[in-house]
Order: sequence, then structure tokens, then C-alpha cells
Amino acid sequence: MLLIPCPWCGPRPQTDFTYGGDGTVVRPAEDAPQAAWADFVFVRDNPMGPHRELWHHSAGCRRWLVVERDTVTHDITGSFKPGEVPS
Amino acid sequence: MRYSFLSLARNALTGHRDWPPAWRSPEPRASYDVIIVGGGGHGLATAYYLAKDHGITNVAVLEKGYLGGGNTGRNTTIVRSNYLLEANAHFYEKSMKLWEGLSEDLNYNVMFSQRGVLNLAHSDAQYNAFGRRGNAMRLNGIDAELLDRDQVAAMVPDLDCSPSARFPVRGGLLQPRGGTARHDAVAWGYARAADARGVDIIQNCEVTGLIRVGGRITGVETTRGVIKAPKVGLVVAGHTGHLAAMAGLRLPIESHVLQAMVSEPLKPVLDTVVTSGAAHGYISQSDKGELVMGGDLDFYNSYGQRGNAPALEHVVRSIVTLFPRYGRVRLMRFWGGIMDMTMDGSPIIGTTPVDGLFINGGWCYGGFKATPGSGWVFAQTLAKGHPHRLNEAFSLDRFASGHAIDEKGAGPIPGAH
Repeated sequence: MLLIPCPWCGPRPQTDFTYGGDGTVVRPAEDAPQAAWADFVFVRDNPMGPHRELWHHSAGCRRWLVVERDTVTHDITGSFKPGEVPS
Repeated sequence: MRYSFLSLARNALTGHRDWPPAWRSPEPRASYDVIIVGGGGHGLATAYYLAKDHGITNVAVLEKGYLGGGNTGRNTTIVRSNYLLEANAHFYEKSMKLWEGLSEDLNYNVMFSQRGVLNLAHSDAQYNAFGRRGNAMRLNGIDAELLDRDQVAAMVPDLDCSPSARFPVRGGLLQPRGGTARHDAVAWGYARAADARGVDIIQNCEVTGLIRVGGRITGVETTRGVIKAPKVGLVVAGHTGHLAAMAGLRLPIESHVLQAMVSEPLKPVLDTVVTSGAAHGYISQSDKGELVMGGDLDFYNSYGQRGNAPALEHVVRSIVTLFPRYGRVRLMRFWGGIMDMTMDGSPIIGTTPVDGLFINGGWCYGGFKATPGSGWVFAQTLAKGHPHRLNEAFSLDRFASGHAIDEKGAGPIPGAH
């Protein structure tokens, strides 16, 4: 069981959450070229190691958070409120 | 050495101590015509069909661990071709036809058992959708039978078909030619047959880099030195994205962990494969008597070949809900494999923007059944430099061009396929 630290609620079991995928993709501008949109919708870095990803605390505070988790060890090294993610 | 009744009898006389190894373990040569990265079922099948159908035998299969130690040895061994969409239907049916002659072709018993694959419908809507898919299959020349509840109950006596069931059974879609095969034997059979035709199978040889000169692939760097080749095929399942990144490619793939499990061995109780999309579980019984079960992904990106308790518990719960009689059977083993989940749930088999680099991946959690067909079309793709008509729809550029093959209609969410 993953123990996910919600920045609002504190540590909660993974069954409280819904996974939202790669948290680093950025929505392109409305008039961006087709290729940029295809990239945004379909293509992912899919890293082996640290991964910044979105989770939704769907059975808790129902807010989104960004979790930093290793995709090999599953260790969670940080969680952030959206907009407060360090670069 | 050809396996036959005679060879079995002859070796029985010497106590089975003199069987020759099924394949060689050669040192890697400096160069090959084709390098296949990944010694699972798909990679070995590719090598076999390259040698058999295209006369290309100067081929190396590089495997970082041991043969079939990845997803080939981790799946739930189900074989089927019950797809709705044209591209999928024709491709998987080609694979099914290869399965039907595979043991004879390889001279190796892959224990292919056409015991049927039954998808359960639990609502009128699902039943109607299955009717549509069954019709599409039959129009594509694939066997399909829509069963009502009584027919399902008669076929699978252990299934809870009572009106008060948590998942009431409305009916099911049966593919009688579907079934299971012995997964390890598929890897071993292809390895032996490819080796016999001159293919070098090199285990414990991890690819650490892809060598490119001016946008063209020229070879690979490995833990056993540099090996040159003008054509390289990546057949590495969950690690597709990781290896493609060595050539600077980003893919429409996320790697996820999927768990599977077996119970303690039982006497024969279940003679078909039963799946329930609504309950998120599927089950069959292996020839050793174990109930083989699987279900959903763990639903987060992962390269760790192990999952977590919630997903495991969910599968077991769904199975014992469908089959209350199995509630007291003990679980024996569980494990995880890394699925290369694409954005439309269909595989990617074809060329890449890097000349000489070919890709065969994105199998999501349906790669095992595709093993023969995947090797067959990929061998042709490697030999000719362009896809066969059966895999041209599975191109890498289909996403950007709007030609995704979304069997489930789930949209670009890898975990949803």
C-alpha cells in the first residue's frame, strides 16, 4: 500500500486517491501547432526513476496534488499543492 | 535434434541424461544483419520468422536476463482474437491461425489448448455490445457465439448465475477457438527453432545504448561490448519507452505494473477461460491445476515488477464474488509485470523516425496472445523495411495523424485500456 502525503490532509492510504498521470505535461496555447497538441495529448517521458505525477484525493478532500514518486522503488519523496511545485 | 516419439524412447533408455541443450549459448559476434533487443516470446518469434520466412539468419537476440523472464513468463497465458475493430481483428486472427499450427511448426509442444474464452455480460447494455462485437468478429471470419444466461450456467457450473448474484450474469460472448498455452514453452520453442536456423541467442547481455550515425542506427552498446548492425528491432515490452529514449524518442506510452496470481493446485474444476470486465477479473485453470487469475493494473506508472495489495485484493474479491465456491482456495503466488500501455490500447509495430530502428511494443496487457503474429509481421517489417499490411495500422505516427485504434473507446488514458 502506498502511503500518500496529501498536502492538505496528511498521509492517507493510496485507496483514497485516483491517479492522474504525468504531472509535468503543459497544455499548449489554443493556437499552438497540431504537433504540439498531439504531443500534449499522447506523448509522455515515462521515466524510469523519479516521476512527478498528479493524484486526486477522490475519497478525501477531493483536491488535486502533485506527488514525486520513484517508478522503480515506488518511494514517495514529496507532495505539493498544484502551483507550489518547486522546479 | 528433432523431438519425436523415437527420440523420447531412445533417451528413455539412457535415463534422459543425454538430451542435448535446446539452444546454444554463443559469444556475441562483432556484427549482425539484424539485432533484436529482447529475448521474450515476441523477440524470439521475430528471429524465428526472420530466419524461416525471409532467409535472414545472421541475427542476434540480446536478452538482459534469461529467456522469457519478463512478461512472457508473467502473463496469464490467454489466447484469443475476439476484437471489434478491423485492424485488431485481422492481426490477432493471423496470430490465432499461427497458434493453431505452432506446436507442429516449432516441433515443440506449446500446450495450446482451445478451451474457449468466455466474456461475461452483466447487463443488457453489455450483452448488446457483445452481440455487436460478436457480429463484427463473424463478419471478419472469426468464430463467436453469443450465449444466454442458461447457456453460460451450463458451461461454467461454478459461476454464480443466480438472480441474487452481486454480478448477475446476463449472458456471454464465447470465442470457442480461444484458450491458453504454456507461456514458457512458447519462449523455449521459438528459441530452439530460431537457434536451429542459425540465430544467436545471447542472454545476460543488456543493451545500454543505441549507436546512431547521422540519424541512422549502426549498432548497440551492451554490457558485453559494442555489436554492430544496420537494423535494430526493439521488442522490450515494458521497457520500450526506456530504450527508445536512448535513441532520443519519446513515445505515446506509459509503463504500468499489472499483477497476476495463482492458487494452490486443484483437481480440474474450470475447463474454459472466464473474464468479467465489470468485476475486473479473469480466471482459467492451468494444466497443473492452479487457478490463474488477473485483473486491473495498479494504476500508476511503474517499472518495479511488483504491485500492491489493493489491486491484488480487488482481483481476488472479484473472482470469489463470481465463483463463491473458490472462496476457500488458498493463494499460492502472485507477481507483477511491466505493461507498456499505449494511449489507445493497441500495439505499435513498425518503423521509427530513426533509420534502421524498428519498434515492436505497446502491448498493454494483451501481448501473449499476439506472440506468433507479432513476430511474423515484425520479421517482415525488419526484412523489407516497411510494415506488412496486417501491421501498417499499428504505426507510431497514428496518434498524431488521428488514426488511433481505440478498441475500448477509452480515450488517451493508458490506464483505462
